Amino acid sequence: MQSLSKASALRARPATEPVRRLHLPQKLRNLELFLLLIACFINASSVVLVQLGALGELDPTLVLLGAGLSVLVISLHVVLRFVARDADPFILPIASVLNGIGIAMIYRIDIADQESGWQSAAVRQTVWSALAIFCAIVVLLVIRNHRVLFRYTYIAGLIGVLLLFLPLVPGLGKEVSGARVWISVGSFGTFQPGEIAKIALAVFFAGYLVRNRDSLSMVGKKILGARFPRFRDLGPILVVWALSMSVIIFQRDLGTALLYFGLFLVMLYLATGRLSWVILGMGLFLGGALIASQTLDYVNGRFTNWLDALNPAVYDADGGSFQLVQGLFGLAKGGLLGTGWGQGRPEITPVPQSDYIIASLGEELGLAGIFAILALYLLFVARGFRIGFAGQDDFGKLLAVGLAFVVALQCFIVIGGVTRVIPLTGLTTPFLAAGGSSLVANWIIAALLLRLSDTVRNQPRLVV
Amino acid sequence: MNRELKRVSIVVMLMFAALLSSTSIVQAFQADNLSADPRNTRTLYDSYQVERGAILVAGEPIAQSMPADDDFKFLRTYTNPELYAPITGFIPLNGEPTGLEFALNAELTGTSNSQFFDKVSALVTGQDPKGAAVEVTIDPVAQQAAWDALGDYTGSVVVTEPATGRVLAMVSKPSFNPNLLTVHNNAEVTTSYEALLADENDPLINRAIRSLNPPGSVFKLVVTTAALESGSYTPESTFPNPTVYTAPGTTSRIENSSGGTCGAGETVTLATALRLSCNIPFAELGVELGDTAIRETAEKFGFNSSFNIPMTVSESVYPRGLDDPQTAQSAFGQYDVQATPLQMAMVSGAIANGGVSMAPNLVQEILAPNLSAIETFKPVELGRVMSEETAATLTAMMINGVQDGAASNARIDGVDVAGKTGTAQNGSTDPFTLWFTGFAPANDPQYAITVLVENGGGMGQTGFGNLLAAPVAQKVLEAVLNK
Repeated sequence: MQSLSKASALRARPATEPVRRLHLPQKLRNLELFLLLIACFINASSVVLVQLGALGELDPTLVLLGAGLSVLVISLHVVLRFVARDADPFILPIASVLNGIGIAMIYRIDIADQESGWQSAAVRQTVWSALAIFCAIVVLLVIRNHRVLFRYTYIAGLIGVLLLFLPLVPGLGKEVSGARVWISVGSFGTFQPGEIAKIALAVFFAGYLVRNRDSLSMVGKKILGARFPRFRDLGPILVVWALSMSVIIFQRDLGTALLYFGLFLVMLYLATGRLSWVILGMGLFLGGALIASQTLDYVNGRFTNWLDALNPAVYDADGGSFQLVQGLFGLAKGGLLGTGWGQGRPEITPVPQSDYIIASLGEELGLAGIFAILALYLLFVARGFRIGFAGQDDFGKLLAVGLAFVVALQCFIVIGGVTRVIPLTGLTTPFLAAGGSSLVANWIIAALLLRLSDTVRNQPRLVV
Repeated sequence: MNRELKRVSIVVMLMFAALLSSTSIVQAFQADNLSADPRNTRTLYDSYQVERGAILVAGEPIAQSMPADDDFKFLRTYTNPELYAPITGFIPLNGEPTGLEFALNAELTGTSNSQFFDKVSALVTGQDPKGAAVEVTIDPVAQQAAWDALGDYTGSVVVTEPATGRVLAMVSKPSFNPNLLTVHNNAEVTTSYEALLADENDPLINRAIRSLNPPGSVFKLVVTTAALESGSYTPESTFPNPTVYTAPGTTSRIENSSGGTCGAGETVTLATALRLSCNIPFAELGVELGDTAIRETAEKFGFNSSFNIPMTVSESVYPRGLDDPQTAQSAFGQYDVQATPLQMAMVSGAIANGGVSMAPNLVQEILAPNLSAIETFKPVELGRVMSEETAATLTAMMINGVQDGAASNARIDGVDVAGKTGTAQNGSTDPFTLWFTGFAPANDPQYAITVLVENGGGMGQTGFGNLLAAPVAQKVLEAVLNK
């Protein structure tokens, strides 16, 4: 189907020439290169400023950290010139600058903790970036058309669930600060398979919902002015709900559960257009979370920390709000303009390079810096949504929006947790936070969005 | 699907709007409060990174940051440490600063809002950040005189300028050496600090603003003000003059401190009662006025509220809802009435200032590193406590008290001193608390002074205000008037 339309597009090219010139592939890639160079400049100068600010001198680590990522992202750009010439020109530069700022901040924390060599999280993060971008290139090379993924809907679902529960396998799983969401992979440290699972689940949800939207759109009884689904169609949502609840109970990870369930709800809503699903789903999740907060100590603690963070008793409690409050102190220290790279004390807050990287950045780059970062995320998400709006096939639309939304929701859960919008739950900030699995997952998301956007632009909508 | 997509886009926008708001709230609106939180170690570390501004008395530093060869860059050094410790406080390596070091931390470290643009320009021009200096209102002559005059007593002397509320002297004894608490060695600091904490005389407490004692007879000034302001009394109003008074509805007996009547005669005037500082007439007056009238006047003087000078002054107390026997006791400053020396200085200050109470204040100016004034403090009126006539009448009554009454030891040749002594009981066997409060010259008040001697001045229950507190005030007033 797709190849056919591509062929017709080729044949019809002369007729569409004047219109297609509006977005010549060459121009898109040149714009991307221009933005990418700016991103690389920002990344390199961030590392320079970190060295000047925290060390007071420049040292050779600079070359690796400052230039390594630039080489990687420019190679990705070159790949795009060949295999996805019409891809969105903003996605790659945004991902690059977020990744680079993240490395600079992780490096800054390394300096404070006096880590170097393989112990340096920044070096590891750069190596992970290489792997992640390599994965992205592979995705772009292998998946030449996103509809291939539609065929593997159920396999993707199976992979997603397996990855999700991999850490529960005895001997493989590893518990870090209460949550059991990691597996150990030799000297590389730990890997969080749940991060990759979110992509597999997005593919599964998109495929499944496109196939079954009709029956899920059927409505049953009308309760309080809203039409609710038929009882027999509740199966899927109950399964996903049970999946999320088991993540809360067995992996003790509130954030991941919220992420998956939120993703599913939004995709379900998009596919069926039924608000009643959202109401039902939120009711189920809130009910589950409420029961969990009453019965599970760690969930209850998260709520107490959130509502009463500055209370000395909560602050001093084991597993209390110490980290949250230290993060707030860091943000407050940053104020409007921040202390400048290397001039703050983000290392006072626990895990300043992963879960709390946004507080670290807020301390050194200030509210201005946070706004810029949030704007970058919003732009990234908006590019994904744009694919959803422009897309022609429902699977592609759903997948693009699902992937973009998962990034948005993850930002909201983690940054919202740090700034007390919602209870704090451990999740990584996409592209920024130290963590290989997160980087790989998000670069794959970027690759998929690039692929989807390329397909969308290639669609001969004026011809058909 | 696009209709749903639009709605989801709006939800995403709302999520990001929430994040933009929450970060703004934390980083812009709550930032000052969070920075001031004592648990915020960042603020503490920072305070060592910038050259902290000096605290100046008449242009001379009493606290300054000297360059140091260690990680902390600067060592906080106090000149004349014990004399000024209650004012400067100290900034320890591992804890919360006290005194002005705490109250003006933001200014001294250059992080207050008014210094925002200085900070930005320092950032742009690449200068090292520097905190602002603080010039205090202290008069070094008055401070030294008060320190010397108080001798070895446990207590405090506060001298203020009635017309402006500026604090000219603030002494608290025993004092401590803040230099011992700023050395860059945690173990040493902890040892010194624990020793000071363990000291039963509480040298770390600034008694001028933190020590609450029953005011005893100095509180009669407040009751007299209430009586005169009510319009029903004059200095010539008379009261029954028994040797023992039993308030209505009780059997507890009130006696004059002399044990007999208040002067001769069946009745005694208000003027005589204040001059000789008798308890029975005031107990009778208190019951007649009622606790509400007294409390309202006391609150106009500043009781039941706390002040920032900018250190926080403990709230002096006149309790609510007293019955008659309690009111009778309170009328001569006993029962649960409590006052800080600064509060009593505000009482004298308001009388001296024609009835208008001025906000007490310790800071004259905040000076930028280039010595330009960032902020200059102007006198602030707290409000009129009494009419000018009442103030004049009270002044005359207080002059009599010094010339020919219970405060005779505050007399100075050639100058009229207005004053009132107090000898307050603290339970049946505890040592007395001794007071003097007053001002001079009475016809043109330049100095209001309050002396507090705690722990009976070492004389248990045998000392009294005129014997111990009044001479201290006399020495200080002599020194400042003769300079």
